[in-house]
Parts: sequence; structure tokens; C-alpha cells
Amino acid sequence: MLEVAKLNSWYGPAHILFDVNLNVMAGEVVALLGRNGAGKSTTMKSIIGLVNRREGRLVFRNDEISNLAPFEISRKGLGYVPEDRRIFTELTVEENLEVGRQPAREGGNAWTPDRIYTLFPNLAEMRKRPAGRMSGGEQQMLTIGRTLMGNPYLVLLDEPSEGIAPKIVEQMAEAIILLKREGVSVLLSEQNLHFARLISDRCYILEKGITQFSGTVAELDSRPDLRETYLAL
Amino acid sequence: MDLYVVQFLTGLANAASLFLVASGLSLIFGVTRIVNFAHGAFYMLGAYIAYSLTVRWQTPLGFWAALLVASAAVAVVGVIIETLLLRRIYNAPELLQLLATFGITLIAEDAVRLIWGPEDLVGPRAAGLSGAVSILGNAMPIYDFVLILLGPLVFGLLWLLLHRSRWGLLVRAATQDRDMVNALGVNQKWLFTGVFALGVFLAAFGGGLQIPRDAVTHFMDLSIITEVFVIVVIGGLGSIGGAFLAAIIVSQLNAFGILILPGISLVLMFAVMAVVLVLRPWGLLGKQVVRSRIAALPDVGAWKPFDRTGRLAVSLAVFLAVLLPFLLGDYGISVASEVMIAIIFAISLQFLMSVGGLDSFGHAANLGLGAYGAALCVQYFGMSMELAMLTGPLIAAAFAVVAGWFCVRLSNIYFAMLTLAYAQILWSIVFQWVDLTGGDNGIVGVWPSEWAASPNAYYWLTTACAVGVVLAIRYLTFSPFGYSLRALRDSPMRSATIGISQRHIQHVAFVISAFFAGLAGVLFAFQKGSIFPDALGISTSVDGLIMVLLGGFNTVSGSVVGAVVYKVSSIWLMSNTDFPRLILGSVIVVLVVLFPQGIVGTSQRLLETWRTRRRLGEANVGAPAQKGGVA
Ligand SMILES: Nc1ncnc2c1ncn2[C@@H]1O[C@H](COP(=O)(O)OP(=O)(O)OP(=O)(O)O)[C@@H](O)[C@H]1O
Ligand SMILES: [Mg+2]
Repeated sequence: MLEVAKLNSWYGPAHILFDVNLNVMAGEVVALLGRNGAGKSTTMKSIIGLVNRREGRLVFRNDEISNLAPFEISRKGLGYVPEDRRIFTELTVEENLEVGRQPAREGGNAWTPDRIYTLFPNLAEMRKRPAGRMSGGEQQMLTIGRTLMGNPYLVLLDEPSEGIAPKIVEQMAEAIILLKREGVSVLLSEQNLHFARLISDRCYILEKGITQFSGTVAELDSRPDLRETYLAL
Repeated sequence: MDLYVVQFLTGLANAASLFLVASGLSLIFGVTRIVNFAHGAFYMLGAYIAYSLTVRWQTPLGFWAALLVASAAVAVVGVIIETLLLRRIYNAPELLQLLATFGITLIAEDAVRLIWGPEDLVGPRAAGLSGAVSILGNAMPIYDFVLILLGPLVFGLLWLLLHRSRWGLLVRAATQDRDMVNALGVNQKWLFTGVFALGVFLAAFGGGLQIPRDAVTHFMDLSIITEVFVIVVIGGLGSIGGAFLAAIIVSQLNAFGILILPGISLVLMFAVMAVVLVLRPWGLLGKQVVRSRIAALPDVGAWKPFDRTGRLAVSLAVFLAVLLPFLLGDYGISVASEVMIAIIFAISLQFLMSVGGLDSFGHAANLGLGAYGAALCVQYFGMSMELAMLTGPLIAAAFAVVAGWFCVRLSNIYFAMLTLAYAQILWSIVFQWVDLTGGDNGIVGVWPSEWAASPNAYYWLTTACAVGVVLAIRYLTFSPFGYSLRALRDSPMRSATIGISQRHIQHVAFVISAFFAGLAGVLFAFQKGSIFPDALGISTSVDGLIMVLLGGFNTVSGSVVGAVVYKVSSIWLMSNTDFPRLILGSVIVVLVVLFPQGIVGTSQRLLETWRTRRRLGEANVGAPAQKGGVA
């Protein structure tokens, strides 16, 4: 589905990612783990094309996407949910979803606002509310819903559990499992190991812009040293 | 009482055009983050094309068809400019965008002169609407009532477009976060082009609407743009509702200001704008503007004082400059004096911009105040040149103490627009206060003292001043004061936490810069022997900006080189072509797009690259060393 090889990225003169490799198969949920500042968000921004300079091979569903603009990548079916959510606070919930809407994919079951409301029932009750007046958890649901409206095959989900109540984190996990069942692949960035283990098939560990580990969740569990070195706060 | 009612209605009618232009500017700014100086030019073009069409189609339907066709034509021009030029500078610093669009304005002015000739054109009344009705015994043109209705109508249509169509929804979303909209699969390019076309259409339509009321002239671009800047600043950049409200406020100020004192309206407008900005820095209905991407030119390396080679080179240059009178004739030397004055003016602006990070679009105010201050002292008190050389700059500095208090409260584009308004207001005072300043006739008879009267002596005087000012400014740049100023420029937040008072320091820099620019003004007045309102005009401010741009925005004193090159070539141009604006405008546009780092900036970069290459041997050096000068 997505293949990233030798990805390097920069913010201005600062070199942030060094030869990052990762891939996501169809139907998989893959977690990108690492401490604050490890480069998880930068990896996601680089894949979708929101950094100024990136190099490397990015192949999405057999297309090279490293020279495409964000909107072109998104139209190919790669959705991006940023960590700071970036919802349109001036627009209502409904309108936010509408901004994300793209034509249905061939043979696919297109997302509609109603389907999003079934996935996140909380949103259904506040369709006309300006998104600026929602709680953090609700905003997180909205930003995922907005991206789903583009009918993506794969969603880049940057720290969905950050700063939201445990109860909502649970809902979020359920929603992601549901998405997986619908056939949507997910690349997830997380610091919350518990949350990541709950829903992921495989994971990568990133530290200082370098991939340090790649394997299944079971393999990660069998290596407490990794947790100690790269994930403990 | 009756008079007030009529005045009120006239004010409302005036608001229509202003609203159209301002809403277009606001829309464009909201999405593209470009403050489109060329908006006045589009307004003017709309009026000219509509004029040509209305004289041919003198039927009720023809009039409106003419307006629509003209606006559509101008919108096409706008789209061409957007795709060819603006797309390249969406991520450039704001000031470059402002300059590039000003360049377009210059080109448009000469183009209009070429096509329609230099005379003012008086268009026909709107067919079918040329009558008047009596309101409380006063005649009001029917056309004014049409305008009164048209403003809210267009406002309503825009509202529907923005709130009831998918396109409008995307525009509103992009106004908030255009990168996110892009990541959601929307092609920004076409969204930007579409918004630009709509904004330009509105401006051109606003221009066409003025035909039955006013002559069509090639000055109308600058007069409307000042008013419209004031409106969008009062209303809030990016807010259509704000533009509507502020257009009404400003036109009512104009309508009633005239009753109190003709010519006071600009002062009133400025006062209201200043009050609004201090109370609500983002305008009445505006939201804080967050630039979605930090646009910065790559640094040319950390600034350092000259090393020994540098000092030697500079001494040599000064030595050569001193010897110049032995090489040039009288004419050449008077040009050289002008160059020296330009250097003082440019470096004072560079200090404010490059060191202080305060992009002023109204530096002419300081030059003009120095010049008029000195000239008035000479005229009314018979002051000597020596004393005037001190009082002129002090007057400029004193005004800057007041104006700066307001200006430094604002950042970025708002600062640029407020300084522009400051200069424009002074210009209009000088222009209209004929008793004191002679208005358009200026002040004449401002001659230097006897010892400095010969061209050579005067040249040495200006050279001494220029050298002194450049040294003083370099000294300031590398003093603790200069470091605080740069810290503020680079990261206001962090500086605040380490206890640097932003406003205070920037205010001081504003005053210092004004003082030196004032000195340039005094020298300018004494060189010419006279002073005219032009000195305070937008074009003087822009001259300063171009010199800094040409030299290099992110250098300490590149503007010295910029001033020499610019002054010499523009003097040559003025005497050798009929369309200097066309050439100047094109030069600005090309500079901004191709050489945003200027002569000195570009050469420093090349040098740096070369040095890095050499240091690293033939190792593969991808990019030139881009070491930030940020401490
Ligand atoms: N806009 C930026 N400009 C410059 N450097 C940046 C920028 N954003 C992030 N960085 C730097 O890039 C590195 C990686 O940051 P990134 O946001 O990718 O980390 P992360 O793994 O997502 O961390 P977190 O868990 O805190 O979200 C950090 O050292 C950070 O300081
Ligand atoms: Mg992150």
C-alpha cells in the first residue's frame, strides 16, 4: 500500500529525518513509536508533502508520490490527520466534513456525513456547532471524520490519543478497529504505548530521525530493552 | 438638519465603490495572504475600460453591460498576473509581495497613459439614471440611490457565495488554514486564482461605478488604495463584513468631515484607524492573522562587523568618493550629491527594516518632515543651514515619537499599512495647507550657506554626512541595542521572556531611523533649493524600499550599493525615456521574482558557497551553507 524508502527531510537548514524506511500493507494498522521530537510527525508531514524539502522514495499504491503536491497525494487516497488537528474553527461540524469531501472511489463505499456520525455518535449531536466550540476529544473525532470524507485507502493518524480523556481514547481505539474492518489501512503515530499495542499489527520505533526497530507488536513485547532505551520517558 | 440627511445619503453612496474594492482586497488577502497593492490599479483599469465602453453603449442596459464586460476583462488581466507572477511569490516575505504588486501599479499607470492618453476623461451619466430627486429640498442624483442599494446587494451576494456554495466553503476554510485544505485534496492553485479573479472583478466594478460621478484619471489608483487600506485595516483584513462596516464609517467620515473642514477627512480617517488599531489590533471584525508558513529568505550568514580587508575596501571607497569632484563636472557632481543623500535615506530605512524587522511603507514621511521642517525654519525664521540641519531631523524624530507609539504596536503588514497611512496623511496636510506650505507650489529659496554653495563643497558635505550616518548605523547595529533589536525581530516571544521590552526598543529604533531620514530630507531640500509635496509621496517611500531591496534585505548596509545603482540608473532613465514607470515597475517585479536577495545579498551568498566548496574540497556540497544569523 505505502512504501517509504530512504526518506530524508529538512526544516530549513535543519536535517530532521535520516533514511527512514517503512511500509504499510493493505488492511494493516501500523504504529510509529518514539519520544517527543523523534520525528514521527515529520515523517507523516513528509509523506503527505507538507515539508519544504524531502528526498527519498515514496510509493503509494504503485505510484511514485514524492514529487506530488499534498492535494494530489490526498486525491490518490492517502488521508492525513495532523497532530494539532487543524480543524476549521470558524466552520460548523457539517461544514468541516464537507471541506474534506471528495468523489467516491470506484467500487468503494463512499463516506457520508451520516456514516461519520455513526462512527462518532458524539458528532451527530453538534452538526451545526462551530468547531471552535468543541472539546479536544470531539475535535479529534471531527478531524478524523473530515479526512475520511476524502475516501482514503490509508490514513496517516498523528497522535490521536494526545491530550484527550481516557474514555474518549477508548472510543478512538474502537473507531480505529472499526476502520480497519472497513478495509482502511492506518499509519499511526503514538507515544501512548498501551493504546498503540491495543490496535496495531506492527510497529516502528523512531529516535532522532532514524528507524531503530521494526517488527510485530509481539516482537516488541519480547524486547523490554527497546522500551527502556527508546520509549521510556 | 436637511443638509445632514443629504450628506449622510451621499456618504452611503460613496461607500458602495469603496466597499467593492475593499471586499475584493480582503478576500484576496484572506486566502492568499497577499496585500494586493495593485488593487487600486485594477480599480483604475476597470474605470478606463468601462469608460470606453459606456461612451459607445449609451443605453440603460448598455451602461451595466459595459461595467460587467469591463470588470470581466480586468479580471482576465488579473488572472494572467496571478498565474505568471503572484504564484511565484506566495511564500515570499510580505514586503516583497507589496513591492511586486506596487510594481504592477506603476506598469498599469503608464499603460493607461499609453492607451488612453494623459488627460482626465469625463464619462457619460448612467443612461436612464441621470435625473435627480428632491430630498428635503436638496437634489440628490438618482444614481446615488442606486449605489446605496448596490452596496448591500453585492454584500448579500458575496455572503451567499461564501456561505451557500462549496467553492465559498473552501474559500472560508482556506482563509483559516490553506495548507490543511491542500492536504484534504483541494487544489490551492485554482482556488487562489479563482479568489484573485473575483477580487479583481469587484475592484474593477467599483472603478466602473465611479464613471457617472467622477472623472477617470490615472491618479485614481493611489487615492483609492490609501482609502481602501484604511478601510480593511479598520474592518479587519480578510473580513467582508468588516469591509462593509468600515466602508460606511470611512465614507461618512469623509462626508461629514468636509462640512467641518475641507481636507480634514484624511486626518479623521487616520485618527479613527489609529484608535481602532490600538483598541483592536486586528480590526473591528478581523481575526488574528497567522501566517501558515514562516516565509523567510535564507540568511546570508551571521552579520559581522567588517574585518580588516573589509575596512580597507571601505576606506578605499570613501577615499575615491572624496576625490570624485576632480573627475566629474558640475552635473556629475550634483548627481553624486543626490546619490549620497539617497544613501542616507536608504540606510536609515534599512536600519528599520533589516535590523528592526519593521517594514515601513511610509519612510517618505520622515524625509519629508526633515525637508519641510528645515525649509519652513529657513522661510519663517531665516534659520541658517547649519542650524536647520539639526532642527529638520529633530522635527522628523519628534513626529516619529508620536507616530511610532502607534506603529510599533502592530506587526508585519499592519505596520506597513499604518506607516503608509502616516506618510499619506502628512502628504495631504502639506498639499492642502497652502498658507503654510505653499501646497503644490512648494517652498522655494532654500539655499545652502555660502561655504557650501558650490556643487563640490555641497557634495563633500553630503559625503561627510553619508559616511557619518552609515558608520553610526553600523555602530548601532552591532551595539547591545542592535542585538536586542535583532533578537526581537527573530523571535519576539523569546525576547519577551528574557525581558526585552519590544515596544520600547522598536520605538527607539523608529525614532532613530526617522532622525537620519530627516537629515536626508534637509540635505535634499538645500540641494534643490526647494521642496514639494512629492517628497512625502508614496513614490519616495518606494524609492527607499527599492534601494534596500536592490542592495539586499538581509544585509546590514547593502542599501548603500542599492542606492548608488538605483539613483544613477533612475536619473538616467528619467531623462531618456517617456515611460519611466513602465520600466521601473518591470524592474521591481523582476527583482522581486529573480533576485529577492539583492546585489549584496546575492554576492555574499555566492561568496559563501564558493568558500564552503573550497573548504570542503571537492566533496559533494548540496546546498550553500545556510547558517542562520539567529543567535
Ligand atoms: N516547523 C519546524 N521547524 C523546525 N524544526 C522543527 C519543526 N517542527 C519540528 N521540528 C523539529 O523536528 C524534530 C522532530 O519533530 P517531530 O514533530 O517530527 O517529532 P514527533 O516525534 O512528532 O514529536 P512529538 O511526539 O512531540 O509530537 C524535533 O527536533 C523538532 O524540534
Ligand atoms: Mg508529533
